[in-house]
Amino acid sequence: MTHTPGAIHIEGLHYTYPDGHVALGGVDLTVAAGERVAILGPNGAGKTTLMLHLNGVLTATTGSVEIAGTPVSRKSLRDVRRRVGLVFQDPDDQLFMPTVAQDVAFGPANFGVRGDELAARVREALDVVSLTEHADRSPAHLSGGQRRRAALATVLACEPEILVFDEPSANLDPVARRELAETLLKIDATMLIVTHDLPYAAQLCDRAVIMDHGVVVADDAIGAVLSDAELLAAHRLELPWGFVVPARD
Amino acid sequence: MGAGHAHPLYRDGHSPIHRAPAEVKIVCLVLFVLAVVATPRELFWPFGIYALIILIVWRVGQLPLRWILPRMLIEAPFLVLAVLLPFSEGGERVEVAGLHLSVSGLYAAWGIVIKGTLGVAASLTVAATTTARELPLALSRLGVPPMVTSMLTLMIRYIDVLTAEVSRMRMARVSRGDSPRALHQVGATAKSVGALFLRSYERGERVYLAMLSRGFDGKVPQLAVGVGSAAPASARQWVLTLLPAAAAVMVSVSAWVAR
Repeated sequence: MTHTPGAIHIEGLHYTYPDGHVALGGVDLTVAAGERVAILGPNGAGKTTLMLHLNGVLTATTGSVEIAGTPVSRKSLRDVRRRVGLVFQDPDDQLFMPTVAQDVAFGPANFGVRGDELAARVREALDVVSLTEHADRSPAHLSGGQRRRAALATVLACEPEILVFDEPSANLDPVARRELAETLLKIDATMLIVTHDLPYAAQLCDRAVIMDHGVVVADDAIGAVLSDAELLAAHRLELPWGFVVPARD
Repeated sequence: MGAGHAHPLYRDGHSPIHRAPAEVKIVCLVLFVLAVVATPRELFWPFGIYALIILIVWRVGQLPLRWILPRMLIEAPFLVLAVLLPFSEGGERVEVAGLHLSVSGLYAAWGIVIKGTLGVAASLTVAATTTARELPLALSRLGVPPMVTSMLTLMIRYIDVLTAEVSRMRMARVSRGDSPRALHQVGATAKSVGALFLRSYERGERVYLAMLSRGFDGKVPQLAVGVGSAAPASARQWVLTLLPAAAAVMVSVSAWVAR
């Protein structure tokens, strides 16, 4: 077990939805600080449910989740939510304030940041995602790619040690997809990226975890996982036509 | 503030009226309307002064008449009632162009038309110079409970998302041969209303989860000045912005004294 900031340790995590549907059937996963891990798997494998456990939006039926050595519990919730930032799939779910700047300020303000420091946090976060000139616009008036980056800024402003993305490349045009990847590559935090976009995972992550039916079925270096066509096929994953996993140094 | 394509009732500008703090504009509007409503309708001159006050504010706020007058048509449906009053009321009657009209009905109609028109004009002035995003903070500064302002904040943001969803659903139906006006297809329309409700409900839940994961604990926090939230109004701003309302209150009081 580790106490380093940015580390995740999940043991025997089970989660059953109130309607009886078993979403997670015993997940074990350890992520070291600074790692970039892709979480792959077919629809309904439990990826999003796992993500919601990482900052205590859902609480384990049995098993445990530890963030930087602290178990996620009602008492540690505030601390865990400050350490772990979730970027949801639909930016319209994340951006709810009248302007982008107000939305970016919402998170840090919840964690008690006020005044000039809050303004500085907002400026920095918008700068990282190159949205400074759109600060006072309504999220409704941004393009899809800008909205995705605005959603990322709302989380970055909380200065999390761990960033978790749900399908970051969904609904983005190729340029917006590349711009987002460039932004993500310059952020220094532990990252978990839930995705179906295997080339994107190959570009951004060092390690890949495949989930299916609520458990982890494979966990290896990203090159090894993506080169194993049989493994991918067994879990309804496949590389897009013409894509070859690039060799890693 | 470049609002891009904002609400049709908002007119982008940089006049002193646009820059005036939203909370004071709201107070000014309420006082002005109360003063107008409290004025005895048998007198005509106070209403002339009220109209003059509004014209001056439009001038200062750089709101051209040809922009604002068409928007005042919102009140048209309410005027229908006023037109009927001179015919339906009883009491003393006068003859105008061959029509026997009730005197008290005429006064009632005049009262409704002029007070309604002034009220609409004043409200449009505030709407034209205040963006929706200023409202939640302004209302919370005026003591409106946080629950209400949070609801307003979410409504301002999601009304557009919902409208877009409605039009996408409609387009998908129409492209499959539905004609939403045909009576026999009212079932399809009703079902899409139901589907929209479920989708909105689910979205509401996702928005709430996203808020929770950023540390939301039931209260929308006070944001920093400069982060899309203006500084509270200074004493000077209060005095200057309340001038139109103060003038209207004086006119109303003099009207009662003069009567």
